[in-house]
Amino acid sequence: MSLNSELVTINFGPQHPSMHGVFRLRVTLDGETIVDLEPVFGYLHRGTEKLAEERTYVQIVTLTDRLDYVASMSNNLAYVSAVEKLCNIEVPKRASYIRVIVAELQRIASHLMATGFLLNDLGAFGTPLMYCFREREKILDLFEILCGARITLSYMRPGGIFQDTPQEFWNNLELFLESMPNQIDELESLITGNEIVLSRTRDVGILTPEQVIDASLSGPMLRASSVKWDLRKANPYEIYDEIDFDVPIGATGDTFDRYLIRIKEMRESLKIITQCINLIKPGPVRNEDVPLIIRAPEGEAYVGIEGPKGELGFYLVSDGGISPYRCKIRAPSFINLTLLKEMTAGGKIGDLIVNFGSIDIVLGEVDR
Amino acid sequence: MISFNTLNLFLVDLLSFLPDKLVFTISGLIMSVAICTFLIGLGSVYTWFERRVIARFQNRSGPNRWGPFGILQPIADAVKLLIKEDIIPATADKMVFIAAPIIFLCTTLLVYAFLPLGIDSQLGNINVALLFVLGITSVNALSVFMAGWASRNKYATLGAIRAVAMLISYEVPMAISLMGIVMVSQSLSLVGIVSAQSNIPFIILQPLGAITFMIAAIAEMSRAPFDMIESESELIGGYITEYAGMKFAVFQLSEFLAPIFTASLFTVLFLGGSNPLKFLEFLPIPGILWFASKSFVITAILLWFRSTWPRLRIDQIMGFAWKVLMPAAILNTLLVGLELVFIRDNYILQIIINMLIFVVFIYLIANILGQKRLKLKEPVPSELANMDA
Repeated sequence: MSLNSELVTINFGPQHPSMHGVFRLRVTLDGETIVDLEPVFGYLHRGTEKLAEERTYVQIVTLTDRLDYVASMSNNLAYVSAVEKLCNIEVPKRASYIRVIVAELQRIASHLMATGFLLNDLGAFGTPLMYCFREREKILDLFEILCGARITLSYMRPGGIFQDTPQEFWNNLELFLESMPNQIDELESLITGNEIVLSRTRDVGILTPEQVIDASLSGPMLRASSVKWDLRKANPYEIYDEIDFDVPIGATGDTFDRYLIRIKEMRESLKIITQCINLIKPGPVRNEDVPLIIRAPEGEAYVGIEGPKGELGFYLVSDGGISPYRCKIRAPSFINLTLLKEMTAGGKIGDLIVNFGSIDIVLGEVDR
Repeated sequence: MISFNTLNLFLVDLLSFLPDKLVFTISGLIMSVAICTFLIGLGSVYTWFERRVIARFQNRSGPNRWGPFGILQPIADAVKLLIKEDIIPATADKMVFIAAPIIFLCTTLLVYAFLPLGIDSQLGNINVALLFVLGITSVNALSVFMAGWASRNKYATLGAIRAVAMLISYEVPMAISLMGIVMVSQSLSLVGIVSAQSNIPFIILQPLGAITFMIAAIAEMSRAPFDMIESESELIGGYITEYAGMKFAVFQLSEFLAPIFTASLFTVLFLGGSNPLKFLEFLPIPGILWFASKSFVITAILLWFRSTWPRLRIDQIMGFAWKVLMPAAILNTLLVGLELVFIRDNYILQIIINMLIFVVFIYLIANILGQKRLKLKEPVPSELANMDA
């Protein structure tokens, strides 16, 4: 006797609990096994790049907040760095340190969210997610002290930062730095050795170094596949050349490595922040020569920084006006998605969800 | 001491003016309605308990608005679900779609018919109660499949297929793991099994059987880490995806009754049911309270599992049933059989042997099939691109 079977095409998303926003995957299944998948983008497209052409250079900072909305500080930093390169603006030393501190705090917050949601996708019913959110909340509180906002921060300006830090921020930062290593240990003790987590993530979604380089992936996705590449070291911006930190890499490039890299990077970020606190000196935090309405000289500039999700780049073209002629955003989440099919084809539905979670995308950035 | 039997006799006395058959029917009906009402109420309170406990695991407060500690939350939930629009998908098979939640709830409640909740406290005592319980729990799989299939939804169908595959595989080790206690107690009646444990509860005598049954039962009711059938992050809700309103509520209620049922069954089969703990025998605690507190501990442990463990993948779940639980159950049966032949009355020796084999078995499984066999590799930077070079 032979049984007839046929392939099933099923839509994961745009409304689906683990699609991290409004992302849609058109998946072809053979029973539980994935045969083919095709991502469908654009449900959160807001035309950020076009909107930027209508705004002044300072106004665009608020647009960047809404790209990767769990890492606004990094977006701010990438954008203002591009403007500073375009207009040759000097940044005061103190501002640079504060920028690095907040960018690293933002990296921790973003990685916490990535880890929490990865575990949620694994089916851990919210407990690790809540543990991660508890820590992330402390970082958001720190940001609230800095600029009054928690998510859409708009903290940075071309030529510095919005305002100097209050003493309360430093006190709370000390407390955070004291408690955070223990919290990461706690998180690791719950997850890293867990038999089920290991069996779900080890040797799942393996990406070779050749693959990740060919697809131009960046960030934790790249480093998990044992490619040692970090823009903070390879092309130091702000004051990263003064700071001593490691770039962790993974061994096999599987989903477990991608999780482990993020945990290790959080520890490195804490190291960076501690060093910055010791090095920072009083001084101005904003270049007073920068006018509110910047008229950039004709030309173009590209700056890429190591954002939490990978190389976040802003490419600005100026025709001499008060707003950019063209603003192109290199969104790491979007490019990291390219290899989803290679990671997943042949796996089970569970693998698809876990691999997708390990990429750590934010739809605001993917669709822009 | 008030037990079900005395209540039943009281009812029979009250109705003695009626013909015999009618008396039996009416008194049975009253008792079963009472039990069902109690269970449905218990299930509702349990939803509150589960949400509160899991919230504490997650550093949240959980429902705490209505009533003291939010204990009236289930009423609010029920009212909300009752007044919701009752949607039946246009393409659904209406009859099956409506029947599925009813069958699910009925089978869940039917189990309690022969479960001894205390001394002389069961609706009925039949000599094959264990078989009945095992049989009736398999019908759950059928109603899940009905729900998934009738919904005409791909997620629901996938959930239904998973349900059938998983529930059928776990049925086998679950049944075999119970062989041991049937052999020792020489009875398939749940009352007989409880009275056979008056000295030593079977969890001490047969730890391997107990743990196998526990895991299989968790899988059978598809709770974490085996919650394949619903698996929210993969299949949205599985078979339950298309259900809304009261039908959804009935499914949810039966699902929340499942851990209570599993805990009570485990208590009856392995923890000695309503028998008091040996070293606390002097306390004047009625059997039904012993039963309730033992079941409560088991439900708490089930909640602990649910709120901390991620979910396994479908092939790993199936593999676990056949590669780990099956050998464990068979090993347990074999051991008990040999012991019954050679050292029937030497309980101490039996306990020592079984405990030893239990530890060795777990250790071997963890090292042969577990992730420990895979060493974490040392990362070596790739030659293709290295910023240090």
